[in-house]
Amino acid sequence: MSINFSTSIAGRFFPTPIFTASGCAGSGKELSQFFPLTSLGAIVTKSIMIKPRSGRATPRMAETPSGMLNSIGLQGPGIDLFLENDIPWLRDQGARIIVSIAGESVEDYAVLARRLRNIPGISALEVNISCPNVENRGQVFACDPTTASDAISAVRKNIGGELPIIAKLSPDVTDIVSIAKSVVDAGADGLALINTLLGMVIDTNSMLPKLSQKTGGLSGPAVRPVAVRAIYQVRAALPEIPIVGMGGVSSGRDAFELVLAGANAVSIGTATFGDPLAAMSITRELEEIVEARGFSNFSDAVGYAHRMEQA
Amino acid sequence: MASDGGTMINSKAASIKAELISNKKAGSYNHMVFSVGELAAHCKPGNFVAIKVGGPTSAMVLRRAFAIYRASMRSDGMGLLELVVAPYGNGSKWLASQEAGSVVDVIAPLGTSFGIPVEPVNALLVGGGYGSAPLFALAETLKQRGCRVDMVLGASTAAKIYAPLEGKRSVNSLTITTDDGSAGTMGRVSDVLSQLIQENEVDVIYSCGPMAMLQAITEISTAHDVVHQCSVEESMACGIGVCMTCVLPVQGDDGVIRMTRTCVEGPVMDGNRVLWSTSREIPDGVWGK
Repeated sequence: MSINFSTSIAGRFFPTPIFTASGCAGSGKELSQFFPLTSLGAIVTKSIMIKPRSGRATPRMAETPSGMLNSIGLQGPGIDLFLENDIPWLRDQGARIIVSIAGESVEDYAVLARRLRNIPGISALEVNISCPNVENRGQVFACDPTTASDAISAVRKNIGGELPIIAKLSPDVTDIVSIAKSVVDAGADGLALINTLLGMVIDTNSMLPKLSQKTGGLSGPAVRPVAVRAIYQVRAALPEIPIVGMGGVSSGRDAFELVLAGANAVSIGTATFGDPLAAMSITRELEEIVEARGFSNFSDAVGYAHRMEQA
Repeated sequence: MASDGGTMINSKAASIKAELISNKKAGSYNHMVFSVGELAAHCKPGNFVAIKVGGPTSAMVLRRAFAIYRASMRSDGMGLLELVVAPYGNGSKWLASQEAGSVVDVIAPLGTSFGIPVEPVNALLVGGGYGSAPLFALAETLKQRGCRVDMVLGASTAAKIYAPLEGKRSVNSLTITTDDGSAGTMGRVSDVLSQLIQENEVDVIYSCGPMAMLQAITEISTAHDVVHQCSVEESMACGIGVCMTCVLPVQGDDGVIRMTRTCVEGPVMDGNRVLWSTSREIPDGVWGK
């Protein structure tokens, strides 16, 4: 007997709950050589900004125990070329598309929302307000409830129609629940938890920071307990808000852990760097585990670790 | 043309389990042979492979990239992939410690390959350290096309020169340089290039090695108006074009300088189009700076 493995986020249907994580799959072209993108619940595209962006200088990467630091700095072609090239290509593949956007100002988010509001074939918008690779820590909107709320509210006012907004939050805050509540109040339909954690590696041979811009975002299995904690706390505080969980998932077992904490879908990021087929093996393994634990609907497993508190 | 995400990865790339057939020490390096089936037929000089390291419970989450030393189909249908591994970091040490019979997870072939001229030309192949690895198969291919092939290999010391006997047979001359003078001429490969270019009337330079060496070769090749195809070495996380860590500023066909993925649009690139820089800053004029 097979189970109902589908999920929904803010009223949008996805046949499987495994997505790619923004910035870890480009716009899908490369991975499509390894598997059909329709096998994913959705592809979450690399965060796009208004203008073309070179990103940061190299070295941009440092491997760390069970993880890595990246300091890409949102390299990308800008919204015009993205809409011209990437979206039509993804639509041709039949992929379900979640477009991730990033801005340097509240106005940037408003502009990007207006550019995307009438584009057909998009399932949802991920609003990345938590990229750690910016010049000024004050530009990480998700580090403060007010700036987080301002960015989401700008998108809400400009997006119109029915496109759901998923706010991507940073775990590098004292109280992620207060940030989550502020963006939901500002109009977010769902939350993406978690972005990378700010970290640093010093090369003990050169005796200098390994990354050109010194700091980078930590991802990979090392951060998974942080993701589980953040998802669990937010699910407990906001039981009705859908959550796309991510953070160091590299097996079906890991994905199931985030689901039990409260994730309605799970995005695969760093694991794809080590194995382009990771999202496919995780999909298979998660379905087997959910069924083996006796759930006939995937959605019944979401947040199941909270049941003692609810009883 | 070079553009963000516009170029597909090597169309022959596939993820496979490969059995290690043999693993032998060669100076400071390990010569490793893997059975990869028909994939071997698709590997060209300059292509690289990405290998998972450390075993199933490893804390090393990223693959390691290695230039292909040689790839061949045997008459019995077995496809062989040969690598020269420098066991310096934890990942390459793990790989070099594997014994014949073990199975590793390989993605191959990846990246661009060296361009082979249609007409016979005079080629100069320049390798730094284990950067000599992809040059021997290239030398054979060029010889088959009727090219004159001269080679220069440089390293810090003699044990780090990788020049197997069978490789030497495919070149017209081999010049060796070492920083400490323990083999060949004392000095760097760039010290002997100008003379070799003139003596052998070199049309094209093929190179592989550290970035500083490639930059020095580019300066010399530009001065002599010689084509320079180089295989670059920028640290990679994924090897398949999605992570954007292995970028270099490179001028595209349209004249625009972009931060370009060396795993997809490289590792073999036109040296004269790379904006070599060690400043740890994005050079002025790069698209989107």
